Amino acid sequence: MTDIQDQTPAAGAQNQPQAAANAGKPAAPAAAAVKPAAKAQPEAPAQPAENQIEPRFVEPSALHAEMKRLRDEEKMDFLECLTGLDWQEEGLGVVYNLESTATGRRAYLKTATTDRENPLLPSVSDLWDIANIYEREVYDFYGIKFTGHPDMRRIYLREDWVGYPFRKDDDPLKENPLRMTNEPLADVTETLTLNADGTVTRGENRIFGDGDYVVNIGPQHPSTHGVLHFRVSLDGERIRKIDPVLGYIHRGIEKMNESLTYPQTLALTDRLDYLGAMQNRHALCMCIEKAMGLEVSDRVQVIRTIMDELQRIDSHILYFSCLCQDLGATTAFLYGFRDREKILDIFEETCGGRLILNYNTIGGVMADIHPNFQKRVKEFIPYMRKNLQEYHDIFTGNVIFQNRSKGVGVLTKEQCISFGCTGGTGRAAGWHNDVRKRMPYAAYDKVKFNEITRTEGDSFARYMVRMDEILESLNIIEQLIDNIPEGPFQAKTKPIIKVPAGTYYSAVEGSRGEFGVFLESKGDKSPYRLHYRATGLPLVAAMDTACRNSLIADLITIGGTLDYVVPDIDR
Amino acid sequence: MFDFSIISSWLHGLLTGFMPEWAAILTESILVALVIITLYAIFAIVLIYMERKVCAFFQCRLGPMRVGPFGTLQVFSDVFKMLTKEIINLRGTDLFLHNLAPFLVVMASMITFACLPWNVGAQIIDFNVGIFFFLAVSSIGVVGILLAGWSSNNKYSLIGAMRSGAQIISYELSIGMTMLTMICLTGTMSFSEICQQQYAEGWNIFRGHLPAVIAFILYLIAGNAECNRGPFDLPESESELTAGYHTEYSGMHFGYYYLAEYMNLFICAGMATTVFLGGWAPLHIAGLEGFNGIMDYIPGAVWFIGKTLFVVFLLMWLRWTFPRLRIDQILSLEWKYLVPISMANLILMAIIVSNGLHF
Amino acid sequence: MKKPKIKSIPYDEFKDNETFEKLVAELNAKGTNVIVRKLDELIDWGRSNSLWPLTFATSCCGIEFMAVCAARYDIARFGFEVTRNSPRQADVILVSGTITTKMAPVLKRLYDQMADPKYVVAIGGCSISGGPFRKSYHVVQGVDQIIPVDVYVPGCPPRPESFLYGMMQLQRKVKVENFFGTTNRKQKDPYRKSMEEKNEELYNEEEQA
Repeated sequence: MTDIQDQTPAAGAQNQPQAAANAGKPAAPAAAAVKPAAKAQPEAPAQPAENQIEPRFVEPSALHAEMKRLRDEEKMDFLECLTGLDWQEEGLGVVYNLESTATGRRAYLKTATTDRENPLLPSVSDLWDIANIYEREVYDFYGIKFTGHPDMRRIYLREDWVGYPFRKDDDPLKENPLRMTNEPLADVTETLTLNADGTVTRGENRIFGDGDYVVNIGPQHPSTHGVLHFRVSLDGERIRKIDPVLGYIHRGIEKMNESLTYPQTLALTDRLDYLGAMQNRHALCMCIEKAMGLEVSDRVQVIRTIMDELQRIDSHILYFSCLCQDLGATTAFLYGFRDREKILDIFEETCGGRLILNYNTIGGVMADIHPNFQKRVKEFIPYMRKNLQEYHDIFTGNVIFQNRSKGVGVLTKEQCISFGCTGGTGRAAGWHNDVRKRMPYAAYDKVKFNEITRTEGDSFARYMVRMDEILESLNIIEQLIDNIPEGPFQAKTKPIIKVPAGTYYSAVEGSRGEFGVFLESKGDKSPYRLHYRATGLPLVAAMDTACRNSLIADLITIGGTLDYVVPDIDR
Repeated sequence: MFDFSIISSWLHGLLTGFMPEWAAILTESILVALVIITLYAIFAIVLIYMERKVCAFFQCRLGPMRVGPFGTLQVFSDVFKMLTKEIINLRGTDLFLHNLAPFLVVMASMITFACLPWNVGAQIIDFNVGIFFFLAVSSIGVVGILLAGWSSNNKYSLIGAMRSGAQIISYELSIGMTMLTMICLTGTMSFSEICQQQYAEGWNIFRGHLPAVIAFILYLIAGNAECNRGPFDLPESESELTAGYHTEYSGMHFGYYYLAEYMNLFICAGMATTVFLGGWAPLHIAGLEGFNGIMDYIPGAVWFIGKTLFVVFLLMWLRWTFPRLRIDQILSLEWKYLVPISMANLILMAIIVSNGLHF
Repeated sequence: MKKPKIKSIPYDEFKDNETFEKLVAELNAKGTNVIVRKLDELIDWGRSNSLWPLTFATSCCGIEFMAVCAARYDIARFGFEVTRNSPRQADVILVSGTITTKMAPVLKRLYDQMADPKYVVAIGGCSISGGPFRKSYHVVQGVDQIIPVDVYVPGCPPRPESFLYGMMQLQRKVKVENFFGTTNRKQKDPYRKSMEEKNEELYNEEEQA
């Protein structure tokens, strides 16, 4: 069983040379890793970087059985990430990241097909719910058709888009001028079934019938938090079915990354999930640093941790505000924004930006913290604790809100895991999924904090988890703010940064779940494939399950409490 | 108290002096209509300005302050803009009904506006079934809303209109019940008599004590729901249905809905003032003759407007504090709580009145 | 670290309101009838002080737009706080955020749905030129390719102060408009009839489809 890398949280923590907090001891593997990178040798370094993954190749024909075995026997019930890739000669393929929520063991598999004309791979959407939407993404980008998938439609691009933009030989601009015609939306989709003799049968799958009363919520709608489009089939006020249509803010960030150098790719992460700008950039920096074996100083780790937590508070306050606004409590919305400005002031002083912060860099941070930073943060902590109580007074205790959120949009723990709904959504259902505890990074192994979980899994629990997390984040900051160690804020890097060849995966706990970075490098100065595990995509995928048989008004509550950010979903 | 009927009878005398009776009445009617329309516009503007300032006050903001001193001219500029904005006629809509709907809504609120007793003798529509008339006419508004939703050929509008229909028709019931409770106490449906009675014997909310207070609270809740204002603003619930039944209306047609919303608020508050808080009757405290004398010097119109704006403020407070209800909660609130309570309250009032337990 | 040199408009020019006011006065003084001009001024005053924005946001700039509406910056001071969700009732569309090619027809339709007079403010680098995503295959390189833009507010995202500055520039632009005589004159459009016929044909086609 070599393919399963034993990374239980305990072992993971041990491996983290964050314990190289003993900064005096230069990590040997780091030096080993940097060397080959500098020479730009395509082969992997002698000792693999700690976040390097080596997916085991499985033949497409054996894939489904193997996945089923992993899920049922090894209890790999969490499909963390599914990445499509174009390996050119080796064909088009997919990398699967699996994790067992019970034991914390992880497995990486990959599969590929060399047929570029009509690539077919078996679908795993019957094993994990989330695979449905992930495989549609792969189909959209690479044209890989998944046999057995119930709904093989494009997800981000228009249905009349020509070509598959992420293939290395595709020129998306050639055949796709700006189309100003109304976008076609099919009610019938294709499904492919692989027969035993290798032939493929085409089937039809109807999304909405003629008798359905379909209302388009979005793309321009006040409560979808951006340009998200739900096609909702209604029975009176009751929701029969939801079909999310994505891609209205698909900016092709992952494709752009393939032609940018590593430092340039950083700029785009802030714009993915603008409410988790710090964390996103932290994840990418961490992934590159670990892949290169670059050691970052303790000071940087602590600063990054504080910034991540401030960002989390910022995001949760905005979450509160927007939820209030969606439910019609406009005043509470403004109270949230009043307090959020305080955090933005702190950010602005150190980073120079309010929303897009551009703070983390490979090997450190852009600038040292401002002299006022500690003072301001220390002022902010008691202020926020006091105002959080005000939120509870004005909104949480309100009987209307409680009636509208309790028991509404329940996602059970099993559903959350199957849909990969990490972050507050999963924790509200009792799933301990905090990356800060599972795979500690930065300074999180040095601070004491609780992972907030609840068991109800309804909208109210999701809301309360976020509110309590604000307090926990304040606790973390309080522990660190007086103990920022001295040291350089930026490690020395080569002018041209190259990552040794290999496949890497790093994750941080973003504001709304696990934000992962999947990096495949060929040893060049730009990534071969850079895929982000979006925190919001699983949440949108779970909307249909969560909203079935609820009212339209509940759709707003559920959408608000799930807390997705659309540019992060569409990337 | 200054009796406004002196002026009206003087005017009538003046006009009949040089023209026949019918012409005098015609002239008076036109004058009265002009006065109503002017007052209607003025109060709408005052209320919109008040709402924006009150809301800013609740939200730690400043509110309009750049246009005119303290932003007082803000609403005027909105009116000019609205008047010169394009009105879009849509393909696929029932054009006649689509254009008719806003007028129905405005008409309903104007007629009910005319029912308000402003001062002693200053009342435009006043007859022995005043409250009954008021309740009947105010229901025309819902027809306008339903028409708007249906004729817009828009799914959001339709859902909004249906919600509105369900909501307004339900809440009409408890408004009727609370009114009935108060009629039970006053023994008359005429607004002028109700006010006269309160001037003589004290405000109804004090006279009727417990059941009257309950009825007042029920009336405020139901009245707020009738006006489609938060937390009952489901028909136009912004975050769900973009703008509800008036999604497809632009320019002044939308302006009529906007006006009617605020005027309905004023009318709702004005009716609460008339029936519960004494209308134009000044505050009298039994035994304090000097105090009562001073109170009598303040004109009735000031009392009426002051009390009404106070109730409006209460309703605005409510709106800017609470989140929106859900449709099933709105209906269960009405049918499971308000209706039974108001029925029991009616019986309680009947017992109190028949035993002479009121003041 | 070397301090980066930021090329921008000198700060003094931002404070220079007089030049703009003079420009507005000059443009308005172009020999029109006094009564007509006074009425025009009244209408322009109304329009410029009551620009109701459409709640439209695609990405980061939308969050800053919310911040502009909130307590510290308070767009309500200018009377712009009545954000309308229905494009029919909005006066100005603040295109805040990236417009992708999938979104482009939707934005165009939103613009078409708005009632005249309507204005467009392009907020942020993305809507001005594509910004950081200019090289992407799925991003429109500037909304002015789709709809006419009145004011550009650069930044990524622009600060709330820039929003306010942009809105004030729009106010100035509105103040030199003529309601009578020019924009609202009934013009005989030679293509009008044929356009209607075309629309009718389109409609019939849609119905058939």
